[in-house]
Amino acid sequence: MSNRNKFLIGALFIAAAVVYLIFSATKASAQYFLTVNELLARKSEFVGKNVRISGAVIGKTIHYDPQTLELRFTIAHVPGDNKVVEEEGGLAKVLHEAVTDPNRAHLDVVYHGPRPDMLKDEAQAIITGHLGADGVFYADELLLKCPSHYEDAVPDQAQGNNN
Amino acid sequence: MLAHIGYGALLLSFLFSLYAIGAAFYGAQRGRPDWLESARRAVLVVWPLLTLSAVSIVALLLTNQFQIEYVASVTSREMPVYLKITALWGGQAGSLIFWSWLMATFTFVLMLRSWKRDREFLPWVIIVTMVTLAFFLGLSLFVENPFARLWATLDGHTVKAMFRPAGAMPFTPQDGNGLNPLLRHPGMILHPPFLYAGFVAFVIPYAFAMASLITGRTDARWIRITRRWSLAAWLFLSLGLILGMRWSYDVLGWGGYWGWDPVEVAALLPWLSGTAFLHSVMIQEKEELLKHWNMVLIILTYALVIFGTFLTRSGVLSSVHAFAQSAIGPLFFAFIGITFTASLYLLMRRWNDLKSDLRIESLLSREALFTFNNMVFMGIVVVAFWGVIFPILSELVTGQKVTVGPPFYRKATGPLFALLLLLMGIAPLSAWGYASAKRLKKLIWLPVVLAFLTTGGLLAIGIRSVWALVGFWLVAFTAFVTLSEFVRGVRARMRRGEALPVAFLRLISRNRRRYGGYIVHLGVIVMATGIIGTQFFATQTQATVPQGGKITLGHYTMTYDGLQEFFAPDGRHVARAIVSVYKDGKKVGVVHPRRDFYLDSQQPMTIPGVRSTWLDDFYVILVDWQPISVEGATFKVFHQPLVNWIWTGALIFILGTLVAAWPEADPETAKRRRPRHAARREARASAS
Repeated sequence: MSNRNKFLIGALFIAAAVVYLIFSATKASAQYFLTVNELLARKSEFVGKNVRISGAVIGKTIHYDPQTLELRFTIAHVPGDNKVVEEEGGLAKVLHEAVTDPNRAHLDVVYHGPRPDMLKDEAQAIITGHLGADGVFYADELLLKCPSHYEDAVPDQAQGNNN
Repeated sequence: MLAHIGYGALLLSFLFSLYAIGAAFYGAQRGRPDWLESARRAVLVVWPLLTLSAVSIVALLLTNQFQIEYVASVTSREMPVYLKITALWGGQAGSLIFWSWLMATFTFVLMLRSWKRDREFLPWVIIVTMVTLAFFLGLSLFVENPFARLWATLDGHTVKAMFRPAGAMPFTPQDGNGLNPLLRHPGMILHPPFLYAGFVAFVIPYAFAMASLITGRTDARWIRITRRWSLAAWLFLSLGLILGMRWSYDVLGWGGYWGWDPVEVAALLPWLSGTAFLHSVMIQEKEELLKHWNMVLIILTYALVIFGTFLTRSGVLSSVHAFAQSAIGPLFFAFIGITFTASLYLLMRRWNDLKSDLRIESLLSREALFTFNNMVFMGIVVVAFWGVIFPILSELVTGQKVTVGPPFYRKATGPLFALLLLLMGIAPLSAWGYASAKRLKKLIWLPVVLAFLTTGGLLAIGIRSVWALVGFWLVAFTAFVTLSEFVRGVRARMRRGEALPVAFLRLISRNRRRYGGYIVHLGVIVMATGIIGTQFFATQTQATVPQGGKITLGHYTMTYDGLQEFFAPDGRHVARAIVSVYKDGKKVGVVHPRRDFYLDSQQPMTIPGVRSTWLDDFYVILVDWQPISVEGATFKVFHQPLVNWIWTGALIFILGTLVAAWPEADPETAKRRRPRHAARREARASAS
């Protein structure tokens, strides 16, 4: 076999390995990214499945028990489509309206761990976990963002048990 | 006033860069050196103008000119001076100016070099760099203007604009928003400039590559000219990444250093393709091979640099469902699309000129192993790029956003990084050109045996994770091979009568590229050891304990001795726990995890207390505490084995890069060695 062919085989082997790795890793770790409305509309489909949701944190519902490290709070639906967010006046405004509007869909969240610094009223929460049969969302990881105060260079703060 | 000066200077630098593009093009087309010289001078003018513009922003920041929207959004009165200066790159508008200023600085330096031997490259280098610069300046002028003022309109809104909108009144807020406390850390202050310097410096080799394609001077000259630029770019990018990791570890309080956040990945992508590029250009210099591939790599690196700037700065990824949230998104995509297509077109046009009459002769030769290394690097680029764009793709295709997180990256890149380590281990044992399996076998057995002995030792002390053992085997093997290269080189010199230290220093200083590269490899090996340690053996626990209570994790025990609360002069309320750390029952130190509460921004910040040794870190976070009456506190505790190896490895890595980049002034090496490809051609000619 010529060297050229040997090289081609080597390259194909590496390419195949890369494709396989991407495929299997995507399959193993892909998560649906849903809004609260989407999750609640397809409840039965998603119960117990690992998903990621986004919502606005309602400040007065935050309850933290430092003894058990149990953190409970409720999030309100925010639209997922960016265009809609822009049309409604930007993320800060959308989050504010989501929290104050009593007709929005709400979702209770439970998390075990340290209380994140950026968890506060009208923060945007991106939560990874699963919906329990009891309708409560069990979070493994919290990602929080406060769009209102600082310019964009603020990092998201992630906290979770699987880091 | 200051704002107008800054804006005027910005506008002028934009016009001068456009002029330079036009004059360079005309000069090249008509063969008019006078026009070319005029273009060169225009480039030289851009830098002072942009410096003036950037200095104006800094002056506005320093003097609390909150009527300027940018100043109000990134600073506040009580911020210390150094933070006000570094606020230049604290927000989007300012950091775009900073990017442009770096670009102008680098091209300024470039214009001052002697162009005698490379006159034909000059116009095209000017055009490529100035087109890139003009794009960024255009963004600053027309979309993200850092000099825009705040105005109160009649209907009660506040708007930002450079000039007074009809009927609006100037508006000056009492104070600015300030900088997020999380960003007030040396790692985070230095991280963006290093990252940007790395991004921008990669534009220079790209510019020469394009000049080489356009002029048809397709030998390795463009690579030789830009070797140091590439190394500098790579060093800056590496430093930027490492500082970001350190910041994450010190400040974010989750015990980790790398979260595969899309913004991190965006900075990693050009580093990966740049690393591949640094390796494969060596093959072109030595063997005149892989010319197409080097072009592809530098084009890709340039595109990833622009993509990375866009991702890290535009804020698009930090929000949930967001691409093209800010106005600059589509512009960036258009720019990347146009430059990428144009570059590939130029490459296609020269495809045949770049063909080499030489071939890789052996699969075990160094050039062959380098080629495989390149393929693996590209594999990692593809994986990481997939991770970033998968959510967007899935939304486009299925209408439903599906994301992949850190587990995806770990699973998909882990085996590829392991393969890279293996190649890094084998490559030094092979030779350029023809390498025989016999020679390889002769050299390889000792490192293999030593690596197995090391792994056996680790097994004996109780490490059972198979993948960790595989990782440690690879690390040990590569380390022994690299070290044996030093030993062999030093021995050869000692046989010629040199003393050990002299032999060692001369070995490195007279082959800086080679041994600098090996030092970089050693740095990578040390870092890899740390990464394996933290990835496979990190443990954590959390508990609430009364004062005097204990938390045990592995060999470590901590006791909660007390809590101090006080106000710091810079507007923080500090709650600081006193925690004693015991290892196997013996007291080894006291740490102070704390929680700062910034009064102005109502933002808490968690600072871990870390007891750090070369073997492991014991990392304590104060989660919560109760008033004095109850005297209990909640802690989260991490045990991070070998994490210090990452930072130590990074230092070795930087040292190696500096050795490799240091100019060779030694008379012994100043005599140019004849490139191998010349000898090969002659040998072939005489054989036929």
